Amino acid sequence: MTRFVLRRIGLALITLFLLSILVFIGTQLLPGDVGRRVLGPFATQEAVDALNERLGTDRALIVQYGDWVGSAVQGDLGDSISFSRPVTELLGRALRNSAKLAVVSFIIVVPLGVLGGIIAALKRGKLTDRLITVGGLSATVIPEFVSGIVLIIVFAVWLDWFPGTATAPPDSGFITQLHHLILPAIPLVLVLFGYIARITRAGMIEALESDYVRTATLKGLPRTTIIRREVLRNALLPTIAVVASQIGYLIGGLVVVEVLFNYQGIGRLLFDAAQKADFPLLAGGVLVVGAAFQVSMLLADIAYSLLNPRIRVGGKA
Amino acid sequence: MNSEVAVTPNERVLMVDNLGIEYRIGTEWKKAVRDVSFSIGRGESLGLVGESGCGKTTVAMAIMHYLPRNGRVSDGSIRLGGREVEELSPSELRQVRINQVSMVYQDPAKSLNPSIRVGRQVEDVFELMKVPKDEWDDRVIDILERVQIADPGRVVRRYPHQLSGGMLQRVVIAMAIASEPELLVLDEPTTGLDATVEAEVLDLISNLRAEMGTSLLFISHNLAVIRKMCDKVGVLYAGRLFAEGSAESIFTDPRHPYTVGLLRSLPTDDVSRDEAKLDTIPGTLPPLGAEIVGCVYADRCPIVQDICRKEEPELNPLEGNRTSRCHFPERAPDLPRTVAEDPPQRQISDSTLLKITDTSKTFEQEGRPVFALSDVDLSIKVGETVALVGESGSGKSTLAKVILGIHVPDEGGVIELGGDVLEDSVQSRSGDSIRSVQMVFQNPDSALNRRHSVRRIVGRAVQRLRGLGRKRAHEHTRDLLTEVRMGHQHLSAKPSHLSGGLKQRVAIARAFAGSPALVVLDEPTSALDVSVQAAIINLLSDLQAEENVAYLFISHDLNVVRYLADRVAVMYLGRLMEVGTAERIFGGPHHPYTEALLSAAPDRDEGTRIRLEGEIPSASDPPPGCPFQTRCHRKIGEICETVEPPLAEVESGYSIRCHIPIEELARLQQTTPEKS
Repeated sequence: MTRFVLRRIGLALITLFLLSILVFIGTQLLPGDVGRRVLGPFATQEAVDALNERLGTDRALIVQYGDWVGSAVQGDLGDSISFSRPVTELLGRALRNSAKLAVVSFIIVVPLGVLGGIIAALKRGKLTDRLITVGGLSATVIPEFVSGIVLIIVFAVWLDWFPGTATAPPDSGFITQLHHLILPAIPLVLVLFGYIARITRAGMIEALESDYVRTATLKGLPRTTIIRREVLRNALLPTIAVVASQIGYLIGGLVVVEVLFNYQGIGRLLFDAAQKADFPLLAGGVLVVGAAFQVSMLLADIAYSLLNPRIRVGGKA
Repeated sequence: MNSEVAVTPNERVLMVDNLGIEYRIGTEWKKAVRDVSFSIGRGESLGLVGESGCGKTTVAMAIMHYLPRNGRVSDGSIRLGGREVEELSPSELRQVRINQVSMVYQDPAKSLNPSIRVGRQVEDVFELMKVPKDEWDDRVIDILERVQIADPGRVVRRYPHQLSGGMLQRVVIAMAIASEPELLVLDEPTTGLDATVEAEVLDLISNLRAEMGTSLLFISHNLAVIRKMCDKVGVLYAGRLFAEGSAESIFTDPRHPYTVGLLRSLPTDDVSRDEAKLDTIPGTLPPLGAEIVGCVYADRCPIVQDICRKEEPELNPLEGNRTSRCHFPERAPDLPRTVAEDPPQRQISDSTLLKITDTSKTFEQEGRPVFALSDVDLSIKVGETVALVGESGSGKSTLAKVILGIHVPDEGGVIELGGDVLEDSVQSRSGDSIRSVQMVFQNPDSALNRRHSVRRIVGRAVQRLRGLGRKRAHEHTRDLLTEVRMGHQHLSAKPSHLSGGLKQRVAIARAFAGSPALVVLDEPTSALDVSVQAAIINLLSDLQAEENVAYLFISHDLNVVRYLADRVAVMYLGRLMEVGTAERIFGGPHHPYTEALLSAAPDRDEGTRIRLEGEIPSASDPPPGCPFQTRCHRKIGEICETVEPPLAEVESGYSIRCHIPIEELARLQQTTPEKS
């Protein structure tokens, strides 16, 4: 088990290393002359050279990469060009915001999705089952910008139940912040609900039809005990792994929702950085999002193996 | 309920009357079981036999009130202890399951919840029986001891995946008998277990039955197991009861052509392939729910008459307190043989085809070496059949895969085919040597691509192995199908539309596509019904004579081995323990391990059973000295624990790995073996 976790962490680090090379190539190498890209075609060559020298982009590539990775490991991702602030500071704040939105979405979607899946499995073949599975699947394919716009029009503009922006006024309390975050969370809930429900349903049905549930039933255990103890324990295993692996998406993949609801999360920050050719910020941001994905995958794997005695306790006695 | 008070002889633990069961396929309800009646008295054991699809399990599940979602009892009644199962309320049903009836089925590894400790799962039974909580621990240990689990205190803390199949089946049996039920339903409880483990589980069930007076409903496709375990036997076919009577009468003096056919399909120990072909039952089971006028068996029956096609026979009582659903029960014993032709003539040449020298295979598992094969020396002659026998984990399949080049053996060994050294891995072998060594697997379902037609599956093998063009390959495919006795109408069928026997024929046709010199057969018939098995064995036997091909035949069924094999190699823990002609290996004197294997067959008398202590040791931690010493009933002392005996050729063509001199073994095995 420890070996497994260590190996998994090692793999995550290798992935991050490869990602850092890609990010470096994408943000430092492909744009060509960084100073020119930042200052535009009308800037004088002297100004461009000066900027390149200040940014260090006039040095050999391998030196630049080593320098960048070296400081990144120590928690320094350089300074943002457009905001003239340390990248880590900007990312830290955005990450906090993104995490808030992710937590709200998670708290709504996980219980709903799991419950939906359980109900669908217990009523499999019936109308309820079809409503949940077909409904969930349809919701999954609605792009966030469509559901987001509809939600804003209906709930923010017409009904005025929720604010149209996710950003609460500064220093507002927990309830106000939550109030602002519910509407933006819904497109994410819609995307994830069908997915989680489907995985739960499949795991449930597999467990319900298993021989060990037959054994439990024929022992005379009551149905509720069987579902709670025999079925859920095995059925939710894949669900937990799937849910954990979505943390990365919820933190790093929300560009559309954050832009739409004008929310200062990491997706929005990356979007701005890309628009403004803010390469240090973009590079740092992509790296952080990559790390978030890796961590969520790692959590998924650890959760799965912790809950699965076949992995946790290991092979034959 | 009036009927409850009326005629309920308390002695009847189970009464099944005119039972009909249907399955919904699409929108239609199809009859799977019709008009089945039988009863089991207190302490009695009834066996249900029949080939797959005959409705055995369906009947058992209806008794447990656990039919699949698309199944229902449509007619008749099932009474457990006088109470109608279909009319029980959910809570009554639970009480019946807790106290009155328990079930054990195939595949113990799946029967227990993988994420709950074994002890907790056994505890449930006592909790449900309302045993006070402070007694649970002791009761769990007691019951596990009762099913002869050596270290129950350790076993309760294990998860199912940490226990062997035999151990798990004991746990499942322990749960089933904990409430001392009136009726124990056993559905293929030993299928898939090694013969040695099977023998122990069967002994255990017999002993418990004797102790507790539990009645048994025992379902199995294995006639020898049923014969050993049951007082009465019912023969099912296409959802109907064909015959019922005492086990003795059904097996020694059968009065239904189907029963006679089943028994004749089994290889017996006094006939070998060169003496007679096996009898088979031609044709197949009618499809589920088929409405047939007359006798359902008419199409396959060798003594069919006009009346059989017009009138369905009743389950007629015969003398000797038994029944037969046949118009001509008195003619069944003289059933003409269905396979009348003489066995094919063949000659085993003296030239060696395959020669394996000093071959070992070590795997690495979690950083530790696993010695799967150790210094194997074996040769196979052109056209010869060599059988590999041994418990699971003995290295049979590893050896097969090394020969095929799927596993790369350790450095040092040499495998020669027809005098040329074979490359280690199949990737580096020449087309010619790949063509020469082919394989047939146990389960044709997973070996054949279900999306492809028979034409494509066999045709592709022909193209690749023979290097033929499309048109010539197609012709050759048709020839191959004829060779495996399949009609050309099957060319466009997909495997899922074929029966198990036909699928295995396709797999055999594919293996023969390139005219191989050696075919490795890994349990090719163990997933098949006995009548189909007989046909496949006949086919293999014919093909061998026609093509002069050699077989390496892996099987746990010693009767089949005895019938088909020229020579036998007995494996244990990756080593050959004994190699010799089939006659010599079965005739004895035997290696102590072989002796134990032979005594485990269900048709052997229990009195001569040799119990193998414990399980086959782990190949990652083999015992010092002789690999078999930890379980050997004839161990002679320290030498067995310290020095590994060599595989020594003590007679011409016969080698044995044992410290005991062969004369001494002969003397020991003449007297009744001691039980340990």
